[in-house]
Amino acid sequence: MTKAGSGPVKTAGPLWVNAEITYKCPLHCVFCYNPLNYASTFESELTTEQWLKAFREARALGAVQLGISGGEPLVRKDAEVLVAEASKMGYYVNLLTSGVGLTEERIAAFKEGGLGQIQLSFQDSTKEMNDFLSSTKTFDLKLKVARLIKQYDYPMVLNVVLHRLNIDHIEQILEMAEAMEADHVELANSQYYSWALKNREYLMPSREQIQKAEAVTERFRKRLGKKMKLYFIMPDYYSDRPKACMNGWGSVFLNIAPDGLALPCHEARMLPGLEFPNVRDHDVEWIWNESRAFRLYRGDSWMQEPCRSCDEKEKDFGGCRCQAFMLTGDATQADPVCSKSPHHHLITEQVALAQQPKAGAEEVRPLLFYRDDKTSRLLETE
Amino acid sequence: MSLPTDKALVLERQYRFQWEPAQDSYVLLYPEGLIKLPGSAGEIMKRIDGKVSVADIVSDLEETFPGVDLKQDVIDFLEVAHDKGWIRTG
Repeated sequence: MTKAGSGPVKTAGPLWVNAEITYKCPLHCVFCYNPLNYASTFESELTTEQWLKAFREARALGAVQLGISGGEPLVRKDAEVLVAEASKMGYYVNLLTSGVGLTEERIAAFKEGGLGQIQLSFQDSTKEMNDFLSSTKTFDLKLKVARLIKQYDYPMVLNVVLHRLNIDHIEQILEMAEAMEADHVELANSQYYSWALKNREYLMPSREQIQKAEAVTERFRKRLGKKMKLYFIMPDYYSDRPKACMNGWGSVFLNIAPDGLALPCHEARMLPGLEFPNVRDHDVEWIWNESRAFRLYRGDSWMQEPCRSCDEKEKDFGGCRCQAFMLTGDATQADPVCSKSPHHHLITEQVALAQQPKAGAEEVRPLLFYRDDKTSRLLETE
Repeated sequence: MSLPTDKALVLERQYRFQWEPAQDSYVLLYPEGLIKLPGSAGEIMKRIDGKVSVADIVSDLEETFPGVDLKQDVIDFLEVAHDKGWIRTG
């Protein structure tokens, strides 16, 4: 007999497709990882048929996981069609939503169409803080949506982005998650890309804040055990080894932006000198196997020192190309999170800054960059 | 936990089981993950339809692969699958 779950998983093609079907979103989260110039895609979103064509092509290469995300994917009226057709193709389909726009009618259609999972994002447990963070009155609605998700026999999966301005509310967040009968709660500290990078100095928690939050999480974990599984994800700036970003460039993950741009991760659009292919013009097979953009940082031939001779390069792939570029101006550098990087001080300096006392949420509020269409258009012309 | 041999088995709601040509194997899909079930693991799992029991699966496999004593292996695998939360009794 072969042991359960054994055998290498072939990674010839993408296994996981993330379809950012629109960047339109009713929220204005200050930690959003959508590109700063996201509004530039509004006039050029893929049609239903163009999405389905890309899904079919990726499926033929062996992709099995499909995330339907955004923006807020429910802004698109064809989300149900995309889910149902993708499910028929054999994808396991996961909907990533803020819950805004998820009516009973729509969730019933998703269920009927074979949707596998819904991940609901939550900013905070206190209405005021939630409204502050997202600038809209969405909290009560999310509680209603959480009930609908349970009613339609989906596990309640909550994603909460933590940062300096909400991390001290973790106890209320977890109490709320428990009241909602959440099955899985991901408490992920904000990563510093796009809007979150713009707001980094206001969003990075102090070490003390993180330790307190971890202790509270551990207390809930002990009490609730398997009933509510808790995942606490540290900001990578507090680490001395980089994350294995996307499990390697062009290794398993394919992101498709609303305008059809095919990207090896959510953030790659901002890397200069790379022309990313569009699923309108090319099939996914060519994009994955032939395009320069997907081959450029695949494997390790692009690496320079200290990555090139590092015995951990097959574990973390030198970290994140986008973070390397954002912080050093060169995407072939080691991710500065790594303590072996000559640029590691760029990380430790930010971390040191985060230990200093800062103004409270009320004072910070006017200083933040809110993700909204007007700001996005302004940033585009900068 | 020991799995009763006479109760119908059903796939847990979060999992999707299918043949995957690109992997040349049966697989179990779940949120953001894939478990490859090659060879006999796939042969066992594909028989789970919400109606058949452990005993049914054993006798069906013994018919398909005559002369092979696979009862204990099938039971062991199904207990692992049950412990991992892939299947439950209906």
